[in-house]
Amino acid sequence: MSAFFDILLTIGMWEAVLRIATPLIFGTLGVLLCERVGVLNLGIEGIMSFGAMAGWLAVYSGGDLWAGMLAAALAGLMFGLLHALMTVPLGLSQHVTGLGITLFASSLSYYIFRLAVPTSSSPPTVEPFRPLPVPWLSDIPYLGPTLFNQTAPTYLALVLVGMLAWLLYRTPLGLALRMTGENPHAADAQGIDPVRLRIGTIMVGSALMAMGGAFLTLAAFNSFFPTMVQGRGWICVALVVFASWRPGRALLGALLFAFFDAYQLRLQTVVDGVPYQLFLMLPYLLSILALIVMARRARVPHALMQPYRRGER
Amino acid sequence: MTRVLELDGITKRFGSVTANEDVSLHLDRGEILALLGENGAGKTTLMSILFGHYTADAGNVRIEGQLLPPGRPRAAIAAGIGMVHQHFALAPNLSVLDNVMTGTEPLWRLRSDRRAGRAKLLALSEKFGLKVDPDAMVSELSVGECQRLEILKALYNDARILILDEPTAVLTTQEAEGLFNTLRDMAAKGLSLVFISHKLHEVMSASHRVTVLRRGRVVAERRTADTSKEELAELMVGRKVERPSRTDTARGRVLLEGRDLKVGGKGGASLKGASFKVRAGETLGIIGVSGNGQTTLAGLVSGLYPPDSGALLVAGEAPRRHDVPGAIAAGIGRIPEDRNTEGAVAEMTTWENAVLERIWSPEFSSRGVVKRAAARAATEAIIRDYDVRGATVDGRIRLLSGGNMQKLILGRVLTADPSILVAAQPSRGLDEGAIAGVHARLLEARGRGAAVLLISEDLDEVIALSDRIQAIAGGKLSPAIPADRADARLLGLMMAGDWSAARAIAGEGEGEKHHAL
Amino acid sequence: MRFERRDQPSAVLTLLAPVGAILAALVVAGGLIAIAGANVFEAYGLILKGAFGSRLGISETLTRATPLLLTGLAAAVAFRARLWNIGAEGQLYMGALAVAAVAMVPGIASLPGALSIPLCLAAGAAAGMALLLVPLGLRLRFGVDEVVTSLLLNFVAVLFVSMMIEGPMRDPLAFGWPQSVPVPDSALLPKLLERSRLHAGLLIALAAAVVVWWLQSRTVFGMRSRAAGLNPRAASFAGVPLGRTLIAVACLSGGMAGLAGAVEVMGVKGYVSTDLSPSYGYSGIVIAMLANLNPIGVIGAALFSAVMFVGADSMSRALGIPSYIADVTVALSLLTMLVAIFLTQYRIRR
Repeated sequence: MSAFFDILLTIGMWEAVLRIATPLIFGTLGVLLCERVGVLNLGIEGIMSFGAMAGWLAVYSGGDLWAGMLAAALAGLMFGLLHALMTVPLGLSQHVTGLGITLFASSLSYYIFRLAVPTSSSPPTVEPFRPLPVPWLSDIPYLGPTLFNQTAPTYLALVLVGMLAWLLYRTPLGLALRMTGENPHAADAQGIDPVRLRIGTIMVGSALMAMGGAFLTLAAFNSFFPTMVQGRGWICVALVVFASWRPGRALLGALLFAFFDAYQLRLQTVVDGVPYQLFLMLPYLLSILALIVMARRARVPHALMQPYRRGER
Repeated sequence: MTRVLELDGITKRFGSVTANEDVSLHLDRGEILALLGENGAGKTTLMSILFGHYTADAGNVRIEGQLLPPGRPRAAIAAGIGMVHQHFALAPNLSVLDNVMTGTEPLWRLRSDRRAGRAKLLALSEKFGLKVDPDAMVSELSVGECQRLEILKALYNDARILILDEPTAVLTTQEAEGLFNTLRDMAAKGLSLVFISHKLHEVMSASHRVTVLRRGRVVAERRTADTSKEELAELMVGRKVERPSRTDTARGRVLLEGRDLKVGGKGGASLKGASFKVRAGETLGIIGVSGNGQTTLAGLVSGLYPPDSGALLVAGEAPRRHDVPGAIAAGIGRIPEDRNTEGAVAEMTTWENAVLERIWSPEFSSRGVVKRAAARAATEAIIRDYDVRGATVDGRIRLLSGGNMQKLILGRVLTADPSILVAAQPSRGLDEGAIAGVHARLLEARGRGAAVLLISEDLDEVIALSDRIQAIAGGKLSPAIPADRADARLLGLMMAGDWSAARAIAGEGEGEKHHAL
Repeated sequence: MRFERRDQPSAVLTLLAPVGAILAALVVAGGLIAIAGANVFEAYGLILKGAFGSRLGISETLTRATPLLLTGLAAAVAFRARLWNIGAEGQLYMGALAVAAVAMVPGIASLPGALSIPLCLAAGAAAGMALLLVPLGLRLRFGVDEVVTSLLLNFVAVLFVSMMIEGPMRDPLAFGWPQSVPVPDSALLPKLLERSRLHAGLLIALAAAVVVWWLQSRTVFGMRSRAAGLNPRAASFAGVPLGRTLIAVACLSGGMAGLAGAVEVMGVKGYVSTDLSPSYGYSGIVIAMLANLNPIGVIGAALFSAVMFVGADSMSRALGIPSYIADVTVALSLLTMLVAIFLTQYRIRR
């Protein structure tokens, strides 16, 4: 019995929580941004895959790690633009467009990967982001090594949460974003162009998703392989509902989720006789549970999934 | 007088439809101009061009002599134009202050100055006597408060010209009077106002000048003092349209009765105790401002859901099932409140829309297979008998105009010869000619001995068609008064929830004493 | 630039939309082939030759089209009623697993094919239905959007299959490979063509397309499910029981996806493994959209996808272009089809 608790006392467990949470934080913030202006972006799963590939490719072909993150972000912007053009001015089904983007972006990432590495031996690795201990703080017992001995993108993700919260609740732009997601007609009546604002926001949100993907290749797995995203994008979509579309709660959700993931990974080695697949199912089942719990409580942006055309109501 | 606004030769086409043709009008400082016209006359399009939501195909707009760049709402706001939309342009999940401040600061500022915003809002609220709570959520506001907020939003943007699109559509008579007092006060303080309306009495009482639009063209301009309701009516419609009037019919037994009906939140306001009786050959009018539970009442009688408590009796008996097929089988004909979202599936064909609500009957299907020939023949008959123009049996129903859509709905309901007819807002959004047609059909059904429950916001309609009238306010029904005792003032009081006069009148009636209490 | 709704969707454009969409996708994919340094026309020639050039190619293409036809129907049926079933992949696996489970029941092997085949097919369809009823139930009961839940259940379903075939349903004779015990010969679908993999599942899938078309266009259920999808408020005002209609749609849709898995096991593989489906479930979404949700159109769209997948495999071997180009093309054709459908409904004005 005590084995269950011993896991909780290891530093590795808590250090892993933040690491596992990082791509989810990027992705969740990306989804959150898009949905705050009223657009569902189911392209996330594919955009993460493409970001993972683009980041890896940039570093594999000689760029430094931040060039990899930048490459991923640029790719994310482009896929975001595609999604935005189809769903905003054309007003096409956000569900189907998003799925189309996911299928397109992921298969394209596999295609390009295979062009770069034609033989299907073990995938080539890159030198990943190293943990960056924060001076002083990382010396605090327990807390230090877990919170303050992470890779740079993890710190970036945490800073982004704060920046996004500030943007949404403290700046005129944030108010305009929220208004666009609540009632684009009202935004338009106040001289804000909901179409342009939506397009720009979806692009930025998609860039964040792609950076989350790049974290997978540049910090977590050190290499790219097809299907590596494994539903993380879908989980982010669920986490945004769980977070009630608020950045702070999105961070909380990602951490909670990562905690269970890290815990089940370690539990597998401790518990005998339970098929490992049951543990692997947990993240997905937890996401569904989160959706059930929050479905009726969450305050959905009013205009989510409603295309906006002037003069049409 | 200084000319603050001038529209010159505005033309706007949508595909083959001309919404505005060579429209010119002007507005002076401190003036209230009424823009009068029927639904579809092009009033809203014209104002959308002025505000930059549409770009005109020809013509231009001048504000205080300056040419306004077309198609840019920001430019219009900056030039001092404020628009109060018919459907409020508000976000219910944001606060009053958020709604007011959106778009008023440079977007890329790192911090929003909410303190200054609050101070400005409160100062304006003080100056014009428009009370608001900056921190309230818009979803908590009443309709009247929302309208106040819309006006404040425009004032906050330093509007000098205020455009109000059908501002009284959702207000009680008393609230509307209050609004017009505010508008007069604002005009006296130097603002210039345009209000769009199709209600003659408002135009007569609140404006200095009237411009009449018909089919996208300006057909007349009058000083309000020099014209009359009758003249304006004829100018607006283009011909004399007489609405049919009620004649006496023999009343039969009570066919529909509600006893203290209560229904909690079905997406609309809840019903907190409604009692009424409708006899054969009689029309009971339910008057009320939207959002007081009439939608829920209509849904209940239409069979969409059962009451939480109380009883709904059809011909004296409680129906066995409270669902739509049950209601239709019990002889209830239903005219939905919203033709487009409730009355029809836009992307389906006319025949499918005509038979969908009776598809379960042996007439239109057997063993789950649709009898297409029978369904199409029945639709053919409706199109012919009810003169549904522009409809083909296999065409998409989306193409029908409001009036023709309503004819189709009336047709599908009345061909089944219902003994009870529920008509919710049957003439909302229709033009005069179509209204007259709808009224004739409703009177015809009454004449054939149907019990008609008419739910409407339109005073004239309710007075003209009903034998008795009850008001709905806060989910409750007032005592019933005979229609010949009703006038705008009394009904206004009843709609506002003041039932003392109604009670006194109902008390005089014989036989039906206290039935609604 | 503005978009203006056409009064009536143009009939010519509606028919041309899938053709235009596929051509546009092929042009873009051609760019990707050119980037890889191959001759585009040669590559497309090889794809066509691979898919149609030989008896083997044709039989393989039709074999590939069979599950795609069924998952395409699954998506088309659901989307018509605005039920966003993205879980066909998981439903397919559950359908396959159900067949293997039935096959394990003692005595099944001795039943005649006329009994065991329908039994296995029914079990597969039922398993697919059951899996889709979960997200639908969550939507009806808790208001949870079924897109994400049905997507997440795909992962759960595949893990469940993996658990079963490494556990209680493992074939002890498979030399350690995780795969289920094989389906008895009596439950295998007959071959349509000697010395090929083409099996009677194709006929089942074609019949399913016709049945679905008939249900949708001729029955009360079809009319109600369309109304429920297009405008739930108007449908419920007209007395369409929304919940019941959606449940029926889910049964049909999940059943089709489950059938796809069953047919694949009973016709091609003979056992269940976790590489049973190369994303047949997801491709079904593309196929349904390419068909404009028309069940008869699904036949053509499934054929197109099968040609791409089978042809790209052989093209890839000849030119060294990654065979993922087929997935890219099929995914692209979904996006171009969406735009094409838009153009049938709107006019562009300046």
